[in-house]
Amino acid sequence: MNDSMTQTTAHQETKSRTHGIDISAIERSAEDISIEQETIALQVNNLKLYYGEKEALHGIDMQIPQKRVTAFIGPSGCGKSTLLRCFNRMNDLVDGCRIDGRILLEDQNIYEKGVDVAELRRRVGMVFQKPNPFPKSIYENVAYGLRIQGINKKRVIDETVEWALKSAALWDEVKDRLNESALGLSGGQQQRLVIARTVAVKPEVLLLDEPASALDPLSTLKIEELIHELKDEYTIVIVTHNMQQAARVSDYTAFMYMGDLIEFGSTNQLFTNPVSKQTEDYITGRYG
Amino acid sequence: MRVSVKEWTAKGDPWVWLNAGAVAISLVMVLGLLSLIAVRGLSHFWPHSIMEADYVGDDGKVSLMIGEVVESEEVPAEQLRHSGVDVPEGAEFLNRLLIKTGNRDVLGFDFRWILEKKIRDRRQPGDLMAIERREWGNFYGYLEDVKESGEVVASGPQAWDEFQQRIERTLDLHDQIYDIEKHQIGSVNYTLERLRLKERRLELNGKKTPQAMADIEAERAEEDQIYQSLQQQLSELYTQINRDSITARAMNGNVIDIPLAKVVRAFQPNNMDLFEKIGFYFVKVWEFISDDPREANTEGGIFPAIYGTVLMVIIMSVIVTPLGVVAAVYLREYAHQGAMTRIIRIAVNNLAGVPSIVYGVFGLGFFIYFIGSNIDQALYPEALPSPTFGTPGLMWASITLAILTLPVVIVATEEGLARIPRSMREGSLALGATKAETLWRVVIPMASPAMMTGVILAIARAAGEVAPLMLVGVVKLAPSLPLDGNYPYLHLDQKFMHLGFHIYDVGFQSPNVEAARPLVYATALLLVAVIALLNLSAVAIRNRLREKYKALEM
Repeated sequence: MNDSMTQTTAHQETKSRTHGIDISAIERSAEDISIEQETIALQVNNLKLYYGEKEALHGIDMQIPQKRVTAFIGPSGCGKSTLLRCFNRMNDLVDGCRIDGRILLEDQNIYEKGVDVAELRRRVGMVFQKPNPFPKSIYENVAYGLRIQGINKKRVIDETVEWALKSAALWDEVKDRLNESALGLSGGQQQRLVIARTVAVKPEVLLLDEPASALDPLSTLKIEELIHELKDEYTIVIVTHNMQQAARVSDYTAFMYMGDLIEFGSTNQLFTNPVSKQTEDYITGRYG
Repeated sequence: MRVSVKEWTAKGDPWVWLNAGAVAISLVMVLGLLSLIAVRGLSHFWPHSIMEADYVGDDGKVSLMIGEVVESEEVPAEQLRHSGVDVPEGAEFLNRLLIKTGNRDVLGFDFRWILEKKIRDRRQPGDLMAIERREWGNFYGYLEDVKESGEVVASGPQAWDEFQQRIERTLDLHDQIYDIEKHQIGSVNYTLERLRLKERRLELNGKKTPQAMADIEAERAEEDQIYQSLQQQLSELYTQINRDSITARAMNGNVIDIPLAKVVRAFQPNNMDLFEKIGFYFVKVWEFISDDPREANTEGGIFPAIYGTVLMVIIMSVIVTPLGVVAAVYLREYAHQGAMTRIIRIAVNNLAGVPSIVYGVFGLGFFIYFIGSNIDQALYPEALPSPTFGTPGLMWASITLAILTLPVVIVATEEGLARIPRSMREGSLALGATKAETLWRVVIPMASPAMMTGVILAIARAAGEVAPLMLVGVVKLAPSLPLDGNYPYLHLDQKFMHLGFHIYDVGFQSPNVEAARPLVYATALLLVAVIALLNLSAVAIRNRLREKYKALEM
């Protein structure tokens, strides 16, 4: 593991009983992936987040690899969603929320003054816990982001809508009723529509905030399959409560606890051979 | 099975009874109100039969009494004795009738209270007729002769049919005259006035060149030409319309001459069967809705008042909706939520409680005397000293009512905005939309049903408001409609008629109280109907919007 990861864990001295992570342990793991060989999409440097006076994230350092699926796990209220929402500055909307530190997207600090937040959010798309299609037609939902960008050519929009719906594995189910209201779709279909809507603006990073937690098992499975397909094209960061899900879909996993990043590593390593005692306790179900 | 009081209360039964009782009382009151004005108002148009009877005067002389029985009431005998009426001993209550005798020109009055016991031998002869006239109110009596240019052309039994045919001819002529006087000459006058103003403007600007004057003179000459030819047509029509007349015998035996030009319609209610009466009824109701008022608003229709009310409410809505929505969007979405916004909200809510007459005073003092007169100075100097916008008018009335209803729209819109789920805004923002784009494309469409609710409440309040209007633009009788065929079509500076004010005017300012009373009810009913119609159309729009954006349960 690289320096920043070591620092992160070292930072947790009080909470983690393991010091000085043995990097070789991760590299010996069954699947041969390692953060050092990845291109980095998002670099987080000493990120602190405050809600008013309360510090909710205590100096996070991490790297999100490009075109991989990174999962955030941890008990409720550990800050994983908060961290995710930092990546496209959704926390700006929360009153009294303040941020220290940097997040680099292609060497550009997204918290610098003068950053076009709308453009950032186009590049870093987000899917929320509850499906939130607009009360418009299926077609208009997917076309929304394009229209925002001022694209009005019908041919371009038609093609993009079809492509996006196909990417989200929804095309076959809705191609005959594109002009019907999106609210008539089932929960799982709505969530895939929201993914299609996000994909349609061709973002670089996809943030998924517990995308399957409001869905039934079959829909969950479909979403997971979708994530698997999308990772060839997009950097995906997913927050999930469900450890099996994290194990199934992600390449890298970060375990967070009480606003700290406890451990970060390849999913395989983290689940089979966790370095930190806290991680082990959590994934074996002893708390959380 | 016995149920103890304690159990009964614990089950909540008293509350159910109390609530149901309150609902029932409210319903009964509303229905009672509506049925009262409906019955009193609508029965006015029914062709009541005409009574003929012998009236025994105080001196024992018998005379003829003809008229409609409008009302009857019981009066304590004591009261009559005190007012000097000779009442036989032993009677405690006496029946008193209100008779509409019409014939104001002959008798000097058209309603009369008489004691029922003083009339004998009531009958309803078939050939007794009622004539609605353009002046002097109704005539009741017998038709004698029909005359053409003073020569008798029909009398006796044939006279009635001849009379009806000639009425139709006269009405046709009357319509032509009305059209020329009201529309064509009105339009000429309008053009002439504009030419005068144009000349005055040139004079004020120092551009009164001989060339420009020649142009104006040429146009004026053209209009004069039109006017002359219209005058000629008119005088011909007047000769024609004055050709026919009838003679008729009134209840006091006088035979009077009635020119047909003054007749609106003549009918013999005692001869009509039910279907004829129903037909007549609907003709009268239609006349009431679609015609201009006559005889100091106590006869004819109230179309200009309906028109004025609806137009004023529509202009008011057009002003208040964008203003209220923009204010609410700013307050809810952009303004920093602190002490200042809280104070503003409290102020807005309190504005809704200010008595409406205060808005009227404000409208008069600020809009009309200050803004209006400044507009006149700046834009219409040629019309001075007569004011254009510096006087009460449609625009000021609409704006005043818009201010009056603004709080309602703001509050309703704010509540609508607050109810939009956060996830909708986040969904839009996460796609790279700016705040303004999110507002415009997602939030405002979804909040539009709430805005319509505000507009509905605003309409309901504005349409029923009278007090401020009396200060800012309503009149008893407006010579022309505020929206007509003369450029610029919508005359925002004109005064207008309004149903609410019409009720007040007819009910309290009318010289003929008895004649006006049923009209008060009929107009009130119509006002309720107009407000209901305006509201229902707004509700229909809201329901369509709701159907379209029904995402709020998410």
